Amino acid sequence: MEFTLKTFIFYGFALMTVASALLVVTVRNIVHAAFSLMVTLFGVAGLYVFLQADFLAATQVIVYVGGILVLILFGVMMTSGRLEMRIHIERGQLLLGGAVALALLMLLLTVIANTPAWKNRIDDGTELQPTTERIGELILNGPFLLPFEVVSVLLLVALIGAALISRKEVRD
Amino acid sequence: MSDFRAMFTGFPNFNVSEGFFPNINLQEKLNWAEEFIQNVLMPRLPEAVAAHFPVELGTTLVMFACAGIFVAVVPLLPLVLVLAERKVAARFQNRTGPMRVGPWGTLQTLADGIKLIFKEDFIPPQGDRFLFLLAPYVIFACSFAVFAAIPFGQNILVSDFNIGIFYIMAISSVIVMGVIMAGWSSNSKWSLLGSLRSAAQIVSYEIPLGLSILTIVMLVESLSMREIVDSQSNGVFSWLIFRSPFTFIAFFIFFISAIAEVNRTPFDLPEAESEIVAGFHTEYSGMRFALFFIAEYANMFAVSAIAVTLFLGGWEGALPGYDILGGMPGFVIKTLALVFLMMWLRWTLPRLRVDQLMNLCWKYFIPIAFFNILGTGIWGLIFEEDSVWSIGISCAIIYIGLISAYMIAGRVMAQKPEPQPSSA
Repeated sequence: MEFTLKTFIFYGFALMTVASALLVVTVRNIVHAAFSLMVTLFGVAGLYVFLQADFLAATQVIVYVGGILVLILFGVMMTSGRLEMRIHIERGQLLLGGAVALALLMLLLTVIANTPAWKNRIDDGTELQPTTERIGELILNGPFLLPFEVVSVLLLVALIGAALISRKEVRD
Repeated sequence: MSDFRAMFTGFPNFNVSEGFFPNINLQEKLNWAEEFIQNVLMPRLPEAVAAHFPVELGTTLVMFACAGIFVAVVPLLPLVLVLAERKVAARFQNRTGPMRVGPWGTLQTLADGIKLIFKEDFIPPQGDRFLFLLAPYVIFACSFAVFAAIPFGQNILVSDFNIGIFYIMAISSVIVMGVIMAGWSSNSKWSLLGSLRSAAQIVSYEIPLGLSILTIVMLVESLSMREIVDSQSNGVFSWLIFRSPFTFIAFFIFFISAIAEVNRTPFDLPEAESEIVAGFHTEYSGMRFALFFIAEYANMFAVSAIAVTLFLGGWEGALPGYDILGGMPGFVIKTLALVFLMMWLRWTLPRLRVDQLMNLCWKYFIPIAFFNILGTGIWGLIFEEDSVWSIGISCAIIYIGLISAYMIAGRVMAQKPEPQPSSA
């Protein structure tokens, strides 16, 4: 077993992801959970880099950490009291959550099992190309053009909806 | 283990004894540290030593050493910039600025820094201790990680990412998290308000910023910082700012949004001292406060450096082929000129109100940025290759646009001071 620096870094990222993900679900304070979610997302971005998906890694950070997580924290800070923001868990939620987690685990294991030999993707000698150009081709000039456009229309509708809801009603 | 594998048909046939990811090559080519070890250091070692030389470990150590030098040198920039800011401010207000420590006060920042190190490190007892301690490091680390992708000169670049500019955007978007962390964990209303303002502002202005970067990416057809600079190597008229009228507009949108991103006047609402004391770092003292301060000035330099790389030719000179010392002095001069512009704006303009800030971003910058993208697309369709024609037409349009803008502005200014007729 060749234990290179990169292997070391890989395990570092893996440990970081798993440990912080555990923290997200076990910690009682919701803001702490949000911040450890940040570490998890970073760890996953690091793992993407190891899969040669550099564009995806940066997108992960920009969308989830820079966007969605900030929105979550905004929501928490605008709506709740201060430091003593706690989560109460009831038994029914626990059961439901456990069932969903189990289903997700089975799904992920199936996907892992059916991924065709992903180790060989790195070892078979073909140089891996930067992904940015291929992603661009696929989305804007290839089979994913229609889904891409549909998603952008969906997002536009969501944007207009949000603006409509948050808008003050003008009464005359 | 074998039972587990039998559960699924077609399980990937990796051998556990080999390790999960036995040999991960991030890139096939040698990196510079490995190159240094193998081509410079190894031939000079005695053969007996060279045979057992741990290349992997050596590479790691060289990389760590370089990172150490980097982290030691980059804080010197803020050291200079803080003094420059105080001197510039002084000139603007007809003062002399710091004059006592060292010749013309040049050692003032050093003295202040030493003072800050020895100050009490106060931690609010009611706050969230762990996050309070962590927040400065998040901001500091993110603003320094940006420097890894900035090409300071021909070969003075820490890492040439494929996704260079996108990486910079991703990393700098994490700074918001540090700001929120600092504001929330201080358990003070000033801090919280400041951090919320800052987060709203940074998230908003990231959109026009990203869209103006996109116009450049569309023209260059690459995200790599090195390729962006390489495409501007034919003198001042090949700089991307002059390559199409839309990049000219994009430069100004980029620069103004960048000022908002680094929270400087006229966009310094998160730190508005007349309203919320000092914003998100109100509760910080001593060295932790200094970290915020260093990060702020490092950010200021970083965004100017990015603006220079994207729009003003990077390390390429104004004349093709004249790159002194790999172009580094030219790069630094251009960047410092933009930094000076930022200081100039800071000491000239008053602070905006929150609604003005948001209006400027959402009602003006974002539509203009989208218009830019559309225009750049059309421009790219008309002129497939950059030629004398395309650059000539673009410069002519920019010139006419500037002249007409100047004349319209003159008209508007001339109308304004018209006194309201008094009713008496």
